Amino acid sequence: MAVSMVQALNAAMRDAMAADESVLVFGEDVGALGGVFRVTDGLTRDFGEDRCFDTPLAESGIVGFALGMAMEGFRPVVEMQFDAFAYPAFEQIASHVAKMRNRTRGSVTVPMVIRIPYGGGIGGVEHHSDSSESHYTHIPGLKVVTPATVADAYSLLREAIDDPDPVVFMEPKKLYWSKAEVTLPVRTERFGQAALRRQGTDLTLLAYGPTVPVALEAAEAAGEAGLDVEVLDLRSLVPLDDETIAASVRRTGRCVVVAEATSYAGAAAEIAARVQQECFYSLDAPVLRVTGAGIPYPPPILEDHYLPGVDRILDAIAQLEWDEPVRL
Amino acid sequence: MIKSSGDLETMRQPIHLLPSPSPVRFVDPEGRPAPLEEHGDYEAPPLALAKQAYRQMVLGRRFDEEATALTRQGRLAVYPSSRGQEACQVGGVLALRPEDWLFPTYRDTMAVITRGVDAVQALGLLRGDWHCGYDPMTTRVAPQCTPLATHAPHAAGLAYGARRRGKDTVAMVFIGDGGTSEGDFHEALNFAAVFAAPVVFVVQNNRYAISVPLARQSAAPALAYKGVGYGVRSEQVDGNDAIAVLAVLADAVAHARSGHGPVLVEAHTYRIEAHTNADDAGRYRDASEVDAWLRRDPVARLEAYLRGADSLTDAEIDDARREAEDFAVRTRERMAAEPVCEPSELFEHVFASPTRQLHTERDRLLGERG
Repeated sequence: MAVSMVQALNAAMRDAMAADESVLVFGEDVGALGGVFRVTDGLTRDFGEDRCFDTPLAESGIVGFALGMAMEGFRPVVEMQFDAFAYPAFEQIASHVAKMRNRTRGSVTVPMVIRIPYGGGIGGVEHHSDSSESHYTHIPGLKVVTPATVADAYSLLREAIDDPDPVVFMEPKKLYWSKAEVTLPVRTERFGQAALRRQGTDLTLLAYGPTVPVALEAAEAAGEAGLDVEVLDLRSLVPLDDETIAASVRRTGRCVVVAEATSYAGAAAEIAARVQQECFYSLDAPVLRVTGAGIPYPPPILEDHYLPGVDRILDAIAQLEWDEPVRL
Repeated sequence: MIKSSGDLETMRQPIHLLPSPSPVRFVDPEGRPAPLEEHGDYEAPPLALAKQAYRQMVLGRRFDEEATALTRQGRLAVYPSSRGQEACQVGGVLALRPEDWLFPTYRDTMAVITRGVDAVQALGLLRGDWHCGYDPMTTRVAPQCTPLATHAPHAAGLAYGARRRGKDTVAMVFIGDGGTSEGDFHEALNFAAVFAAPVVFVVQNNRYAISVPLARQSAAPALAYKGVGYGVRSEQVDGNDAIAVLAVLADAVAHARSGHGPVLVEAHTYRIEAHTNADDAGRYRDASEVDAWLRRDPVARLEAYLRGADSLTDAEIDDARREAEDFAVRTRERMAAEPVCEPSELFEHVFASPTRQLHTERDRLLGERG
């Protein structure tokens, strides 16, 4: 049956709530409305207001309140309505959620999931399209994962809810309505494992979340020009699957990292640095990045100029020091 | 008590939320009984509790002096003194049951030891051998919070969570006057009220946020009024009158425990010492102001009151002071030992299981140490 990413995420919460009474879902508009993207649709109806409930409109309060509930043994799954609207919660996430285990020597743990719809490509107005993942990957103590497929949306969210540590669960808005033939429940690779989405021998494209389908499309296009492109879906930025990444790049000798976020000091920069460090003697070309520009996210009519698209990826591939010039 | 009867909706009527027009007081600054109209319908605490508070306050003050001394010996990285706030520190904790929770700030180490946490463990943060030196889950004392008011939503969430589990746990969170300007203070009040969480917010208004005086912090008639807009029952109390603090907080805790929702209590007090040993209070306040507050000393006031009521003997006072001295000496001796810090432990509590990258970094550190 064709399942959308929204339906898979909903099913993951539903199944986790059925399996464990301590799992709670709360946030803004998650109750009767089912969330602005309908990810929590029907959870209040089916599990009651004690299990899925609306809160005051205050993100710091939501995350701080959830931390207190976690101290009482609950497993809160909180929704931030949009990427940029999670910023008021940043101090709670950075100073408390991420550090509580460490500062208490493992006594107080925070098994919490913070769901954040992120990224652009849906024509959102200002403050609705940020790629904010690097803000969280930069904080020790947080796991940061992002699905690119419907099956991963289900499996990664179930794993996030079961995880003993706080997980920032980045949901690519652009892929919310993508569909796949999946039978739920489904389990895929665990946190910290990248997934091979396309096998190839000439170069490796590293992508995560919303850029995975774009990378696959670029790989197909490059294939028509005679290049055999491998695509890895990282899925989990923290922990990062260094081993699979390095093994792939050592084999292909070339690498492009594709991410929507601004390049400077972003997750793509960290990944590129690790690749050159681990694979230096196998590389035939510098590791390149195709990312958003160093500008505030553009207004919707201009966002296509910002988002990494197939053409920009192909341009980067063409620059990878091929023995013969490559026309893409 | 009187204010705590009725259902939740009734409790949210303005008349039940508004604080007393002036701080509740049982004992005047000279230690004499205050007029009955200043009691604000509260009942005086049992004598035994008042005497227990006295002993703890004498001990707390001596501990506070010792901790300040330990900064001069380099045994503590820093110490934010709560001298002058003994009635709040002790009165708050004595209002709690063992199963309740305390959410302290960095200035509340005295409250933490009053709660029974080992003194050396309580000083862990300030000694610098670990961020939180005690086990919050066994002591039911949250880590001392150094960001301001960010622990207030935790208290609200924990209290609500406990109630959801059918427990009658109360969470008490300490905040300073400066902390009431932070958004998390307001979000916590709002969440606690909306979810009727059994939280008691205790604002120790010691009149300074490091150097910034109260007038620059708030134009409210009293900080206690900040609860009213959220539907939180609010009260203000003379924070240097231990009898009044015990009376008001016992009532506040009972109100929260009985399911009537959160309470905000502002305790008017004063920070006698500088912000920390690293601060220079002479740059922002006059010595005459400090002198005026020294004359309202909470320990001397309670002592005079109990003596005046023939409830405290010289022998009991000597005994309390001896106990405090012993406690300080033991603390000093134990703090003289070099703390045992194992650097590799730094990597153990980042995640339940370290990531591969953390293993690599840990091994590098171990390699550096040879």
